[in-house]
Amino acid sequence: MKPLIRIEGVAAPLLIDDINTDMIAPTRPRAGMTSGKMAEKEFDPAALFAPLRYLSDGTENPDFILNRPAFRTAKILVAGRNFGCGSSREQAVWLLADFGIECIIAPSFGGIFFDSCFKNGILPVVLPEENVRALAADAQQAASMLVDVEARRIHSGAFMRNFDLPEFRRAALIAGVDDIEMTLRRDAELKQFVARDRLERPWIYLRTGAQ
Amino acid sequence: MSAANLTGPRTLFRKIWDAHVIADLGDGFSLLQVDRHVVHDMGGRSFLGLKSRGLALRHPELTFATADHAIPTSPDTDWSSYSNPYLENLREGVKRNGFKFFEPGKPGSGVVHVVTPEQGIALPGCTLACGDSHTCTVGALGAMAWGVGQSELLHILATQTSVQQQAKTMRIVIEGVLSRAVTAKDMILHIVRKVGASGARGCAVEFAGTAISAMPMEGRFTICNMATEMGARFGLIAPDEVTLAYLEGRPYAPAGDLWRQALAQWRNLRSDEDAVFDSELRFDVSEIQPQISWGTSPDHVIGINEVVPDPQDEADASKRERMMAALDYIGIEAGHPLIGTRIDNVFIGSCTNARISDLRSAASIVKGRSVAPHVEAWIVPGSFDVKSQAEREGLDRTFIDAGFQWRNAGCSMCGGMGDLSREKVAPGKRIVSTTNRSFVGRQGPGSRTHLASPAMAAAAAIAGCIVDVRDFGATA
Repeated sequence: MKPLIRIEGVAAPLLIDDINTDMIAPTRPRAGMTSGKMAEKEFDPAALFAPLRYLSDGTENPDFILNRPAFRTAKILVAGRNFGCGSSREQAVWLLADFGIECIIAPSFGGIFFDSCFKNGILPVVLPEENVRALAADAQQAASMLVDVEARRIHSGAFMRNFDLPEFRRAALIAGVDDIEMTLRRDAELKQFVARDRLERPWIYLRTGAQ
Repeated sequence: MSAANLTGPRTLFRKIWDAHVIADLGDGFSLLQVDRHVVHDMGGRSFLGLKSRGLALRHPELTFATADHAIPTSPDTDWSSYSNPYLENLREGVKRNGFKFFEPGKPGSGVVHVVTPEQGIALPGCTLACGDSHTCTVGALGAMAWGVGQSELLHILATQTSVQQQAKTMRIVIEGVLSRAVTAKDMILHIVRKVGASGARGCAVEFAGTAISAMPMEGRFTICNMATEMGARFGLIAPDEVTLAYLEGRPYAPAGDLWRQALAQWRNLRSDEDAVFDSELRFDVSEIQPQISWGTSPDHVIGINEVVPDPQDEADASKRERMMAALDYIGIEAGHPLIGTRIDNVFIGSCTNARISDLRSAASIVKGRSVAPHVEAWIVPGSFDVKSQAEREGLDRTFIDAGFQWRNAGCSMCGGMGDLSREKVAPGKRIVSTTNRSFVGRQGPGSRTHLASPAMAAAAAIAGCIVDVRDFGATA
């Protein structure tokens, strides 16, 4: 994964609460696809926010924020409460990353969505509601913002605020390290745990082949 | 926060957490052992990732799979020849990595959250992960079960671990005796309404109280299933004799000496008397009516005798706007009851409500009656085994004779993905559905969903419109 150290760019305001992943990525399995052509990460870029982004005749809704010329290159999304709630579908994250979003700022997030962001080069930032509103007001002007991952700080005009980011996540984002690789470095610990736990809770460890 | 606290009073959640910590990552995060990993057909793509990275499945003996999301539920499906790309990927992953896959159309197969308890794969005190947000369902056995995205799924395949944040704990104490024809589904719809779609965001919610201890195991799954609709990450119910009686003898549950050893641990698996929860809510459910959703968020719920709320009465501007958009999408008016609203479809199925007790409850309403001519009504059992049991009891005849479609197990219309998205609700059509989400387009683009219990859905199928099941002589 590419390192995420400083994110600088236009922020788009989308202050709607409880935007669920069905709304971000209304994608479904399709007939006619063959497994040989299937990619690990399947998505249709045009599906992003489809219920908001297009009118009922299929043409672009000119009022939708990401359709407005100033926001087509937005890197940051300033969103409402509980952003990304609902289904676990990771397409929601892939589509946002594909659009170019590298940071989402909201008062709260859906849990699975929040975790998936880190695995796809998007930094989700939780800020108090009044800060999010202030940033959304700045964003309306298509202002550029700076999210300094290293310093855990957001700058927008005169506004500056630190945000929480656990150290292990910060280190991983800056280094662009893959989380699987990081865990597998602990191979000895993983084996130790299982060896000990096997004695404590033997019923958990089904015999290989017993299935 | 994250350091093991093995001496003071602990919540059920904390006890399970502490028993699975491999490494403390700081800031409340830990690397946890995953006891059971269950994969469904949409997760089959992760095996492509495993292959391309040259990684092996770390614990095939702790990994299980079933196909439910994209498979067809038509009873005419010929499983000897049927396939689709998702299923092919999953089968390929099974072949390369050697773990148990419940082939569709064979015993043990079905909707993942119905299958894992039914087969005794999910157990009290275990950690269980699955690439689906309704994995919290099986927390009803006293397990710590959570949904993950596809990238985390790959991480678990490769490491059998997951990085998790110590969740805030919430206890929801539910007291009272449900009145006639009011079910576990009505109880949880009522609670989701009161708590709100994000009211338990990120929490580990433990459901407790006399209404829970009096509830059979299958109703408890329905309760925990919808914990995610309040934003909760985990839903849990402490194991008791009901839980143990349910599990004993199931195919993958421990047997003999191992069962006795497990029991000794499971009997202590509950929140300590003086354990402190970050928040606690109390509900008395003796007065609640059968519930039904009116909008596009699972907390848009009313009792069947209430009227649809008026957005003008909502003080919060953002909520008001969303209510107006919801009414517009669903095509109903504020200030009126839902009773009498004409419907087009009925779906009885899903990980929320497709277990044998749900089908019995629906059948008791349907018996001797007929589906309204303009309604297309489907019964989609939660698993192959649920379907077989229902057929042994003759429930299939009851449904078929009434004009229902009696189908195979699968997720089908719940997320509008069944049979590669052919099993969905047509645009603009209105459905009473026993599922868990009423989102815009959830059951198909333009679909209009009203969530309800199996009995309420069955009654609506017969009446052809939304009705109060209690007018149908319901006794359940």
